[in-house]
Amino acid sequence: MVGGGLVGAAIAWGLTGQGLDTVLLDEGDVAYRASRGNFGLVWVQSKGLGAPWYQRWTRTSAGEWPALAAELGARTGLDLGLAQPGGVHLCLSEAEFEERAARMAQMRQEAGNTGFDYRMIGAGELRGMLPGLGPRVVGASWTPYDGHANPLHLLHALHRAFTEAGGHYLPNARVAEAHAAPHEFVVEAGGHRVAAPRIVLAAGLGNAELAPRFGLSAPVRPQRGQVLVTERAREVLPMPVTTIRQTQEGSIMLGDSMEEVGFDLRQKPAVMQAIAGRAVASFPWIARLNIVRAWSALRVMAPDGLPIYDQSERFPGAFTANCHSGVTLAGAHARRLAPMIATGSLDPSLDPFSARRFDVRAAA
Amino acid sequence: MFALRPEIRPATVDVVVEGRPLRVPAGVSAAAAVLLAGLPAIRETPVSGAPRLPFCMMGVCFDCLAEIDGVPNRQACMVAVAPGMCIRIQRGARTAFVAP
Repeated sequence: MVGGGLVGAAIAWGLTGQGLDTVLLDEGDVAYRASRGNFGLVWVQSKGLGAPWYQRWTRTSAGEWPALAAELGARTGLDLGLAQPGGVHLCLSEAEFEERAARMAQMRQEAGNTGFDYRMIGAGELRGMLPGLGPRVVGASWTPYDGHANPLHLLHALHRAFTEAGGHYLPNARVAEAHAAPHEFVVEAGGHRVAAPRIVLAAGLGNAELAPRFGLSAPVRPQRGQVLVTERAREVLPMPVTTIRQTQEGSIMLGDSMEEVGFDLRQKPAVMQAIAGRAVASFPWIARLNIVRAWSALRVMAPDGLPIYDQSERFPGAFTANCHSGVTLAGAHARRLAPMIATGSLDPSLDPFSARRFDVRAAA
Repeated sequence: MFALRPEIRPATVDVVVEGRPLRVPAGVSAAAAVLLAGLPAIRETPVSGAPRLPFCMMGVCFDCLAEIDGVPNRQACMVAVAPGMCIRIQRGARTAFVAP
């Protein structure tokens, strides 16, 4: 397993559960480490417009989360802080509300027999659900599938459970040399030489450079997101909102931004101001809370924003896993994807996630 | 434990720490007033309820959080005393919103 972030650790933990002897190579603190900057949503409602397979995969993962949290909690004693009370996306204008309503209707249509349970909720009813909404809030979309968790406890728990189950964790192990043959891989990393019949590339942004060495493609780019965190407050938010959530300990996290700035991790006052402004428009009382931390991180983005899962055609046994939703998809990665990798082939339901979708198609 | 040195800075400002009147030198911090008052704790942490007193006295550790003049979660070491200031224990997390 190349990559010790949420994606790599979740799959590695899943592989140990399949009885596979697994080595986890983790680059080190020079890596961009999206998994340390996560917002912590287990979020379903806005994923996969025009790509119902992504909505299904996301919903599958949210469904696997309770079992993942219970198993990791029992093995490590860590409370992953999982709560899935449903969630809302606030609309701050009639135009936003109409656009959201159209989006949700299309999601339901595309879901077909799978179904897609949602409601568009007007301001009156919403004011009974959420405390102290601002006058600009005209309504929200709601689904029962959404939730949140503590992403740092998740990462910690995955690593601990993995090593305690006999997995080998190698820190400061950036891949230097790599030799690929079908079902025969040798990697030199951090002074170690590791040989295995299977290899999984889950190195986040590092996959762009790594994948071609294994006959794979992972055209991912960085997309910056910034987060603000308030001081702790008594429980006030009964459910997460797309860009605002209250943690188990009481902090209120405010997001987000989607900035195309390459590998630039700086924070920008104008962006922070916009994040705070939208939060205060949603809940004016947030303005009285102190901001105690703020950070930025780089999402791992494919050209169409969807995950990438592949097995190499040239070098069978080599897999890629890339996504920007390492928290949400942790349930699927540990409990669905890992068993597929263990058996040696990805389920056909994952075919639409192959990076072959970015290839130029042959003319008919 | 802590005592004034009136020969250097006389106590001239009256404040109230957790209901108790106290006279402190002008320009000292609310955290200094808390230490002078001899309270066992100025806050109880939000997660475990552990008792805390001012520690770093320079705005870093957040262990001096107090309710000052009705405003919760203020860093007492970063606030200078003022006549009539009311400093109270911060018990657990603050309240963010109270329904009208």
